[in-house]
Amino acid sequence: MAVDSLRAGSPLAGARRRLSSEFWRRPWLKAGLLLAPPLAAFVFVYLAALVSLFVSSFWSVDAFTGKLIHHWTLGNFHDLLYSNGTYLRIAGRTIEIAAAVTITDAVLAFPLAYFMARLAGRRARALLFVLVLLPLWSSYLVRIYAWQTILAHDGALNWGLNRIGLPDANLAYTNWAMWIVFSYVWLPFMIIPVFAAVERIPDSFIEASGDLGARGWRTFRSVVLPLALPGVVAGSIFTPLLVGGKSSSFIGNVVEDFIGINGNVPFSAAFATVPVIVMAIYLLIARKLGAFEAL
Amino acid sequence: MERSTTRAALLGWTVLVVLFLWTPLVIIAVYAFNSSNIQVWPIPGWTLHWFRVAWHDPDVRSSLWLSVKVGALATGISLALGTMAAFAIHRFRFFGRESISFLLLLPIALPGIITGMALNSFYVFAGISFSIWTIVIGHATFCIVVVYNNILARLRRTQTSLVEASMDLGADGWQTFRFVVWPVLSTALVAGGLLAFALSFDEVIVTTFTAGAQTTLPIFILDNLRQGQQLPIVNVVAFAVILLTIVPVAISQRLTRDTGVLRRGAATVTSAESVEITTV
Repeated sequence: MAVDSLRAGSPLAGARRRLSSEFWRRPWLKAGLLLAPPLAAFVFVYLAALVSLFVSSFWSVDAFTGKLIHHWTLGNFHDLLYSNGTYLRIAGRTIEIAAAVTITDAVLAFPLAYFMARLAGRRARALLFVLVLLPLWSSYLVRIYAWQTILAHDGALNWGLNRIGLPDANLAYTNWAMWIVFSYVWLPFMIIPVFAAVERIPDSFIEASGDLGARGWRTFRSVVLPLALPGVVAGSIFTPLLVGGKSSSFIGNVVEDFIGINGNVPFSAAFATVPVIVMAIYLLIARKLGAFEAL
Repeated sequence: MERSTTRAALLGWTVLVVLFLWTPLVIIAVYAFNSSNIQVWPIPGWTLHWFRVAWHDPDVRSSLWLSVKVGALATGISLALGTMAAFAIHRFRFFGRESISFLLLLPIALPGIITGMALNSFYVFAGISFSIWTIVIGHATFCIVVVYNNILARLRRTQTSLVEASMDLGADGWQTFRFVVWPVLSTALVAGGLLAFALSFDEVIVTTFTAGAQTTLPIFILDNLRQGQQLPIVNVVAFAVILLTIVPVAISQRLTRDTGVLRRGAATVTSAESVEITTV
């Protein structure tokens, strides 16, 4: 009571107090007011945009005027599947390189993640974290550009090769370059989940394996690897599907070409659904393998 | 447990992978000081000349200014919306709660090109002409998640008994927020804001679809790379972009050491995409 009468002095404080108790009595009101702006922004802009993209993949473009024809058709998907296999080959190539990158990253990441989780001291681990995460945050474009300079004819790679007496490697603008660059770009996404998974293996499991007479390799194969596998799968979720290349075609740059040069949004939209579908299937499999618990 | 040879091999591998991660960044930094205007490795000499040239270049200036404006606006919007969403999701249990957090994570779970195309076709259909706001909206959609995850992680680590105690002592909602919640939250907000800014500042994929004819700093780099022009200036700009994104991220990492937004903490607190937060 005493507090109440003290507060009643200022009208502003009184109003604030009434508002607070109103919110306290009706929590749904507060929840609604908090949620409405972000939700509205997402539904009316982002979701609306996604839906319009999806819908437009069933439309077509007039070949002469370049105008959108709002007429329902499966033509875009038909073109994707049956135009002498070009687009299927591109999709296949994209998936192939994504798989190659995933495997490479798993191989590169696992020993590092294992070292970080089980061997490194506190300080070394913190340092490694920063060393892995900062490249991840630095600009995607700049990192790709960096590789372009390294792989160029007068770049650091050829210089290094020549120094040890090897001939030039002309990797620039080849599929090998794509493989290296994308493995590089996505590597931190693999390291972090694998680290999380390895860190969660109890020491006692490994000791028990040793007590039962298993040597290092056997312990690794029968104890560490099965327990860390969900982490590897989790890491592979983030490896690329939409990769864009320079010389050879991947889904990403074909999609961009169709928008940029031809203004053909419907066809691009249809093509872009391919990786989304592949990704959805992949995520379902990953969930079965327990990848989400490993994150 | 592991034999010493195994340990040494693991250490060696770790060092190699870290070198692999850092060499390209170091090389770009070195090229920024290249005295020749031809890209040859190793560089023939060192100079600060290109920094001066880049600083006085009108295109660099205008695109830097646009990037800073977009970054600031997108950060502001995502701080407001992300914090609101985090509070609502943390405090209340309601139908559709899971799907809302999934919805917020969608822009970074889907490849950037999809978000970009979707927004692009949305603007075209809705008859919205490209402006700074079309870029800001594009960036805000994926920046919100960073703030949201940061704040949510912090809220989950804050005991609700603090808030209850404050109310028991007679504080109203505003006072509780100002004197109890805010001090706990402020560093998480700063960290989330810095990460959002870093994300927005170097974003290129969504920007190409939402910028129209406008040029942000990453678009400036992309355009010049495509035409193979002004590479010395591009090197300097690329170096600046690396610094301008790494510094805020490093600061925010320090600010959130307890919640470890960049650490495993985030990965275990939220679901799948929180790892992605350490992203893009």
